[in-house]
Amino acid sequence: MSKQKKMTLTLPTEELVGSGNLACQGCGANLALRYVLKAFGKRTAICIPACCWAVIDGPFPYSCLGIPVYHCAFETAASTATGVKAGLEMIGDTETQVIAWAGDGGTFDIGIQSLSAAAERNDDILYVCYDNEAYMNTGIQRSSATPTGAWTTTTPVKFPKDQPKKDIDAIMAAHRIPYQATASIAYPEDLYKKAVKAKNIRGTKFIHVLAPCPTGWKSRPEDAVKLARLAVQTSYFPLYEVEDGEKYTLNFKIQNKKSIDEYLKLQGRFRHLKPEAIAAIQAEVDRNWDRLLKKVTAR
Amino acid sequence: MRKVIMGNHALSYGAMLSRTQVISAYPITPQTQVVELLSEMCADGTLQAKFIKVESEHSAMAACIGASIAGARTFTATSAQGLALMHELLHWASGGRLPIVMGDINRAMAPGWSIWTDQNDSLSQRDTGWMQFYVSSNQEVVDTTIQAFKIAEAIGIPAMVVLDAFALSHAYEVVDIPEQDKVDAYLPPYKPYARLTPDAPCAFDGLTGPEHYFELRYKLQKDMEKVPALFDETGREFEKIFGRRLEAVEPYLCDDAEIILVTSGTAGFTARVAVDEMRKEGIKIGNFRIRMFRPFPFDAVRRVLAKASKIAGLDRNISYGYHGIFCQEVKSALNGSGSSAPVFGFIAGLGGRDIMAASFREIVDIVRRQDKPAEEINWIGVKK
Repeated sequence: MSKQKKMTLTLPTEELVGSGNLACQGCGANLALRYVLKAFGKRTAICIPACCWAVIDGPFPYSCLGIPVYHCAFETAASTATGVKAGLEMIGDTETQVIAWAGDGGTFDIGIQSLSAAAERNDDILYVCYDNEAYMNTGIQRSSATPTGAWTTTTPVKFPKDQPKKDIDAIMAAHRIPYQATASIAYPEDLYKKAVKAKNIRGTKFIHVLAPCPTGWKSRPEDAVKLARLAVQTSYFPLYEVEDGEKYTLNFKIQNKKSIDEYLKLQGRFRHLKPEAIAAIQAEVDRNWDRLLKKVTAR
Repeated sequence: MRKVIMGNHALSYGAMLSRTQVISAYPITPQTQVVELLSEMCADGTLQAKFIKVESEHSAMAACIGASIAGARTFTATSAQGLALMHELLHWASGGRLPIVMGDINRAMAPGWSIWTDQNDSLSQRDTGWMQFYVSSNQEVVDTTIQAFKIAEAIGIPAMVVLDAFALSHAYEVVDIPEQDKVDAYLPPYKPYARLTPDAPCAFDGLTGPEHYFELRYKLQKDMEKVPALFDETGREFEKIFGRRLEAVEPYLCDDAEIILVTSGTAGFTARVAVDEMRKEGIKIGNFRIRMFRPFPFDAVRRVLAKASKIAGLDRNISYGYHGIFCQEVKSALNGSGSSAPVFGFIAGLGGRDIMAASFREIVDIVRRQDKPAEEINWIGVKK
């Protein structure tokens, strides 16, 4: 950094995610919930299906969260949250907001049916997918959020994943929900602002947060935020919002796109990739970026 | 108010009079009229409830679980494949000690596709920790639904009200619809022991290690064991208000009976007709209808069946590789009770084949001919 800038903390100091929880070192998912709850505050109930956070929260009878938590079945984050919201309203609590908080497996794969249904009904919940790009809680198995070329325990180096990551954001946009966004733990103010915006919109909101997982990505814990930032700077994971499935807004305009190699080389899960495989990933990232720009400028 | 209504609408009335607050359901034949009428009741304000129209039975139960942990009174209804799809979440509801009430219309499991009745759908859920009440008339459907909420909320265990497809779900009968103020007196608003609220933030149903899990299951069983007394108590209270006694078992002419039929569901009603006919011919026969299957009413079964010299268990279900499920439970209950009466097992009516009064005559003929069962299973009305 050539110029020293004075940093000011713009996020509320209130912490609803307690320390000493069961997250791994450098866990992106841990930071993600910390920032979202700073926006939502105490009048919030959360539904957590099977995912890393089912463990991070702590075993019975403990919880590291300062809000009520319902641990629900794997594929039911959205439908359980819908039920909680309806139940609260029927007993006269219209104030408490309900968050469904699921990993990529619970969102892209096993939970997509109930998520799609809640979005179609436009139920008044915030659904957050913290995406660490594999089934990390069960020991790093591939999900449909796992990117092309990545090693996981079910996509070994000799047979890496050869399908692209599922475009969950396009799927959610097709539901024309009032608000959705991508977000990153490397940009806490942006994530916080998006959560505040979601909090003030009635209907289904969806936030997709890239949450680096040092354990599963075979990266250094201290690189988690750096990796999340590189994912944005390389346009691997651009930051944008979509309103009503149509109005796209780019939140982070990339001037000099960094090469995907800078992002990949810090992660052991991509170590086996040959230059031509990396070039193919770069081409895929570029295509996705162009596709997004078209959506942003189309309106 | 007396009304002629179908069994499915009797379930809707039961849920409505119980002032259910959240309903979540998915359509399946032969359950549809239950939710159609409830949708109308919610739409016209007869019932102040939220109806979540989900995309599957799995989500229906998930939404019920969410609403129940939030503190609302919650109802759903399903059948066969839908109930099977809910299986995982049936464990969730009981393990979470949530007093959800569900109507299950007994329909045979596919394949081949069948919309007609038998009990294999609900009995496949026997070990999920739900109470199961099998009813045999539309009056019982309404009354038992209201009672089910009362028991479920008192003990923190979900309950299924189970009725036969078509034979009851689509049968029209005169029903004395209870008055709302009387139901309100019988069933006050749901006051949960604990619920999901920011006023007292707790985590529910999370990771539970070997040092705690065992005790949670022990407590579920211990509370299940309290249900027979609770059924009796709430049944008597019901009688005081509505004039109709609700009992876990219904013995009919069993006191001096040499042969006792053990039945459930609508077949239990048909059996009474057969018993009346055979009594006229001097056959000392009685009918013992089991209404509460879970928890199993061991004491009542032992008490009533102890006097019989022969017992004939009729099952509209089968545990493949063993035999009829009610019959096997009766044998297990009698084991060690001192009764030496042989238990004859009969299977009839799978996939909706009719069980007629004549079927019971056939059963009694077999039982009278044999000192002890020649076959483990006697099949009634099957084309072998």
